Formats: sequence, C-alpha cells, structure tokens
Amino acid sequence: MRRSDEPIYWGLFGAGGVVTAMLLPIVVLLTGILVPIGILPADTLSYDKLHGLATSWWGAPILLALIALPIFHGMHRIYHGLHDLGIHTTRLHHYLCYGFAFLVSAAALTLLVQMA
Amino acid sequence: MDSMQSKRKPYVRPVEKGWWLKNNFYIHYMLREGTSVFVSIYAVILLVGLLRLSQGASAFQGWQDALSHPLSVLFHLVVLAACLFHAKTWFELAPKAMRIMHGEEPIPDKPIVLAQYIALAAVSLLVLVVALVA
Repeated sequence: MRRSDEPIYWGLFGAGGVVTAMLLPIVVLLTGILVPIGILPADTLSYDKLHGLATSWWGAPILLALIALPIFHGMHRIYHGLHDLGIHTTRLHHYLCYGFAFLVSAAALTLLVQMA
Repeated sequence: MDSMQSKRKPYVRPVEKGWWLKNNFYIHYMLREGTSVFVSIYAVILLVGLLRLSQGASAFQGWQDALSHPLSVLFHLVVLAACLFHAKTWFELAPKAMRIMHGEEPIPDKPIVLAQYIALAAVSLLVLVVALVA
C-alpha cells in the first residue's frame, strides 16, 4: 500500500488553523474594515509601507504564511466537507482542492521572490 | 481517497441534504467547517493584493479602492466573524488534541483556552501597534 500523504496536508491544515485563529482576525480588521471605512488613516496600509514589508527578509515570510497556510487550511476543510454534503469524493476532488491551495501558495511565493 | 480499482459495487447510502440541521451540535459543526470557505476567499483576496502591490502604486490603489466598497466591507465583517468563530473552536480544541500532564493529573482545559485568548489579544495589539507606528 502506498504511504499516505495525509500527514503533510494535516500539518499544513494545523499550521493554517493557528494562523487563521491568531493572525487573520487583526489582519482582516485592518485591511478590510478599519482602513477602508476610515477609522484608521489610509496611510496605515500605504503602498510604500507594504512594499517595504513585502521586500524585507522578515516581512516576506510573514506575508507568505498569511496566504499559503490559511488556503491549505481552508481547502483541507472544504475537501473533507464535501463528504458531509453528500459528495462521494474521488482523486479529482483531491487534486482540485489541494492543487488550488498549492497554486495560490506558489503564486504568492513567486510574487514575493520577484519583488525582493 | 478513492484509489482502489475494484469490480465490486458497494452500496453508498444516500446522504439527506439537511441532515446537519437536525440538532445544535451538527449545526455548530457545519458552521465551524463553513468558516473555511470565507478563510479561503480571504486568502485569495490577499493574494490579489500582493499581485497589485507588485504591479506598482496605482495598481495597489485600485485594490484598496475595491476594498472600500460597502459590499466589500460587509463581506469582510463576515470574514472577521468567521475567523473569530474558528478561533473560538480552535482554542477549545487545543487542550483536547494535546493532553499536557502535570504530575499524575492533566492540566485542566480552562487555563489553556484562556492562555490562547491572551495570546490572540497580544498578537492583535502587536500587529496594530506595528501597523500604526511603522
């Protein structure tokens, strides 16, 4: 029997769960609510500041973690949630769910490397 | 995963569509799993933001303008609620997933859950201060 690849996905799911619980609430609040409605000044998330963050040695891994880990967390839950919705999952569902998470992560990594 | 090639035709019991609406435990479970849809969409929104950031100041301004639309703000309120609901369930799950022993007795759940809320508050405050001061 082929060795299971589930521990890798479960590990990414777990790490994504931590990031989603600990970091995403304040990031969503800043990017999607407080700055857009003007409670905080627009230059809180200015282009120069965020470009500096994305091109710094410590900021780039944080941005990668903010995108890659939650997408693996989310797609893992969606994949297993298909069963709860009465969908009999096949290899195709597996490839689509984790493939999408991989593509999003790879895109984020590529952009960060290009900007550096 | 459906990896076996087989001639047998197993009976797959059909799943009733609204099975999870039957009791509060199932509803809570489906809400928790449902948070993943909003978390995934938000990750894609962040990726688009990163793409626009890499394309220059005016492209990035376009992303920020899109996020200022009232429907976007409304959507982000839902995403925030989903993240916080996920956080609540995640924190409650931690002491069950990992039993930490203190001598003969396991450490009770309450201080572990509380410590994670304190960590969430500290991390949130840190990010907010860095965003405002930097």
